[in-house]
Amino acid sequence: MATTVTERAPGTRRGAGGVGESVPRVDAVPKVTGTFEYASDLRAEGMLFGAVLRSPHASARILGVDATAAAALPGVHAVLLAADLPGKRTFGLNFDDQPVLADGLVRYHGEPVAVVAADTPALAHRAAGLIAVDWAPLPAVTDMEAALAADAPRLFDFGNVLRHVHIVHGSPEQATADVWVEGYYETGMQDQAPLGPEAGLAIPAADGGIDLFVATQWLHVDREQIAPCLNLPLEKVRISLAGVGGAFGAREDIHMQIHASLLALRTGRPVKMSFGREESFLGHVHRHPARIWLRHGANRDGMLVAVDARLLFDGGAYSSSSPAVVGNAATFAAGPYEVPNVRIEGTLVFTNNPPCGAMRGFGAPQVCFAHEAQMDKLAAVLGMDPVDLRLRNAMHTGSVLPTGQVLTGSAPVRELIELCAQAPLPEPEPADGRDQLRYPGGTGNVTRGEGLRTGVGYAVGFKNTAFSEGFDDAAAARVTLRLTDGVPVAEIHTAAVEMGQGLTTVLAQIARTELGLHEVTLRTADTSAGNAGSTSASRQSMMAGGAVQLACHQVRDRLAERASDRILGGGETLPGPVELHDGLLFADGEPVAGLADLLTEPVAETAVYHHRPTAGFDEHGQGDVHVTFTFAAERAVVEVDTELGMVRVLHVTAAIDAGKVLNPVGFEGQIEGGTAQGLGFALMEELQAENGTVRNPSFTDYLIPTFLDMPPVDTRAVEEPDPGVPYGLKGIGEAPSIVSTAAIVAALRDATGRELNRAPVTPDDLIGLRGPRPTSGPPPVPDVPGQWPVPYYHNRSSTQQGLM
Amino acid sequence: MRLHLTVNGEPRAVDDVGADESLLSLLRDRIGLAGTKNACEQGECGSCSVYLDGTLVCSCLVLAGQAADRDVVTVEGLAPPGTLDPVQQAFISAGAVQCGFCTPGLVLAVDDLIRRVPDPSDEQIREALAGNLCRCTGYQKIIDAVHLAAEGAGNGHHGH
Repeated sequence: MATTVTERAPGTRRGAGGVGESVPRVDAVPKVTGTFEYASDLRAEGMLFGAVLRSPHASARILGVDATAAAALPGVHAVLLAADLPGKRTFGLNFDDQPVLADGLVRYHGEPVAVVAADTPALAHRAAGLIAVDWAPLPAVTDMEAALAADAPRLFDFGNVLRHVHIVHGSPEQATADVWVEGYYETGMQDQAPLGPEAGLAIPAADGGIDLFVATQWLHVDREQIAPCLNLPLEKVRISLAGVGGAFGAREDIHMQIHASLLALRTGRPVKMSFGREESFLGHVHRHPARIWLRHGANRDGMLVAVDARLLFDGGAYSSSSPAVVGNAATFAAGPYEVPNVRIEGTLVFTNNPPCGAMRGFGAPQVCFAHEAQMDKLAAVLGMDPVDLRLRNAMHTGSVLPTGQVLTGSAPVRELIELCAQAPLPEPEPADGRDQLRYPGGTGNVTRGEGLRTGVGYAVGFKNTAFSEGFDDAAAARVTLRLTDGVPVAEIHTAAVEMGQGLTTVLAQIARTELGLHEVTLRTADTSAGNAGSTSASRQSMMAGGAVQLACHQVRDRLAERASDRILGGGETLPGPVELHDGLLFADGEPVAGLADLLTEPVAETAVYHHRPTAGFDEHGQGDVHVTFTFAAERAVVEVDTELGMVRVLHVTAAIDAGKVLNPVGFEGQIEGGTAQGLGFALMEELQAENGTVRNPSFTDYLIPTFLDMPPVDTRAVEEPDPGVPYGLKGIGEAPSIVSTAAIVAALRDATGRELNRAPVTPDDLIGLRGPRPTSGPPPVPDVPGQWPVPYYHNRSSTQQGLM
Repeated sequence: MRLHLTVNGEPRAVDDVGADESLLSLLRDRIGLAGTKNACEQGECGSCSVYLDGTLVCSCLVLAGQAADRDVVTVEGLAPPGTLDPVQQAFISAGAVQCGFCTPGLVLAVDDLIRRVPDPSDEQIREALAGNLCRCTGYQKIIDAVHLAAEGAGNGHHGH
């Protein structure tokens, strides 16, 4: 068939709505009109509602459970206990140590004991409350240092150490320096607090399987954990993504998936579960509380000579993704600086506190808070400007990390610091006569200008993109190009999760750029698509984006073959590089065929993107453990009412190592939002577990930043392409959250002159009612068999996720 | 009890409404209007905001019975189907939406603000919207959206 190229096929000019443009979200209209269907909005004909009975104790034996009254309640259709489980009884991301339902023992406040299905949510909760449990409380270990003691109550038979990472680089024991500074730092338990609660709908299928619709972060790893617990083969557990109301790490672990599926299989009816806010706080993992001891040595000229870092992270009651969190924290503990001699000892312990796992930053915010405080201390001792000290030691391409890994990618650390330092400071405001909202304390009307001090603080940090330590977290994507009403339309199908961060919009932009068209549709993410890996570790733009780019290239190549067959009669290839744009196929810069003419039948291609391989730690903690890195710097300007301890953050400058900004408006939104979460961690956010009991599981008592707390954020991107990565992009989702806490607390120190060694900072800390947190020094290094998580050496089965 | 009310201009009758049922539950679970979100159940987050006789309320704090014979407008009723209200359009244009769970409540709160204060300053915006939590955006793009919506309504633009 002859192909005419004189008439332009429908399409758009190259790049319209493509990579690099500020493009409105693909899901914006349903979200602003209220029609976007979140997991908690799902309904099905004849559905029941599930509820969970959770442990009120942090550590207890269950001597007996009587569910008679609950089961007898009219409208209750099922009550399930551990004994009723049809398959495997535990699940978990790295190790399957977490019971689906407690079997004789609970290890944390909120641990599920029983599940109920009933006609209404209220009835299900009432029935759960009627289940009588005979509890025998046990001693709880809720202090992470106490958990290391030989006589501490043990969470598991192999002890309370989940992992210890040991890193030695250079000769830290022999290092001599002109000055040494020591510091001890603590961070509290932050919660992701996504506004959308954990929710989903499980529908029993005719084949005996389950169709599950759920807000999660990784469909395929959910399935691997769910199916054995239902005693079903993988293919009988089909998972579709329901609308996700934010995640930030909280949805990496199983929450309601197994419970709702069990109830649906038992009752033969659809079962919906949707957590309330209190249950959400109890029912997902949190950011690890940390204690960090650092010793920095430097010469008079400010060059770092040595860093000794001791980290202790509280993992709570189950392993979740904690092994990877402490691995990450250890590798970043010396900061984004060149340090020739480093020793890092990173320990993660089990306690009877709520389980901790993934949260935006994944171990990096805690160590950034500590290493940046050290840099300021060191600058003060040396009489140097803190910015100059950081510039002098900043990593760059070619630098060697404490793991011996050479930075081969882009590393514009100096540029980031300079951008922050050079940004204009906000105009000083007179102390008197302001709008009340412009005082610390705001509408609390607590000052009219008395006792105000301003401060400026900097922080620089970094983090890996994608999973580490040898794990191949590949991502698959399928792209189908077909004519719809004569117009070429690309359909993208992946299992990659959109949770609000803007991934689906970015994937559409990539398809527009690569295929030179405008019309892109996205199928709902589900397990019928190939595994896309987790939406976490700032990885999906690179991984799912890379897969979509590859699939588009394959589609382009198929079209080139068709064009060649039709024009050249087959057997020959088109000359020169083939490109698609303006609705045409070009070869060597010349238009060859119209896309519409080539699409007599659709073209569908599947591609899998792999990042470059990484390695585990060797016995000295050396190895190329990470794929690539994103760096970030922030400068915070604060004002403190030094009499009452009220804080107003005046301004934040955020400089982000973006590689390539794919969608500027989405990029800014990520940086502003991540900065807000870091501000919350600096000033107000802490889930308080008192002897293991969570005291503030509500938005009345767990405070997150409001419109009145957030300052303007001036976001700047450094676009130095990362070699070997699609478009040279970097994952940017976590970067701002790593640095903003440290920058804000540094500014508070500058304003008050106080040490402030714990985040979140309280008013009592700022006015000196409470001094710095004391320490008797780091605990001894625990005796472990090696660098991998301890359960690994005890033949505990590990699941597919690997380490992030 | 049987409850009569008007929702988005449409008269509704709902049977067997419990004395302890919230207006939020009535809208979401009985009437099937899921655009109004439940995120905290205690009036802290504003995700469940609706108009009740023209006044913005947290529907989780209003008993269903209190809405008897009254007029409720939810996010679904802000603009005719298939069209966007200027506030909704401004949220899209400014990039004020991420996960979107807070968006229905914020869209109504911004609509309410602009009705009362046609061209609000940054301070007025921050104070007026302080009862609406957003976990994704850091609020800056929502402030941009408010200015954009005010501008679109012909109310001028002070910038910030």
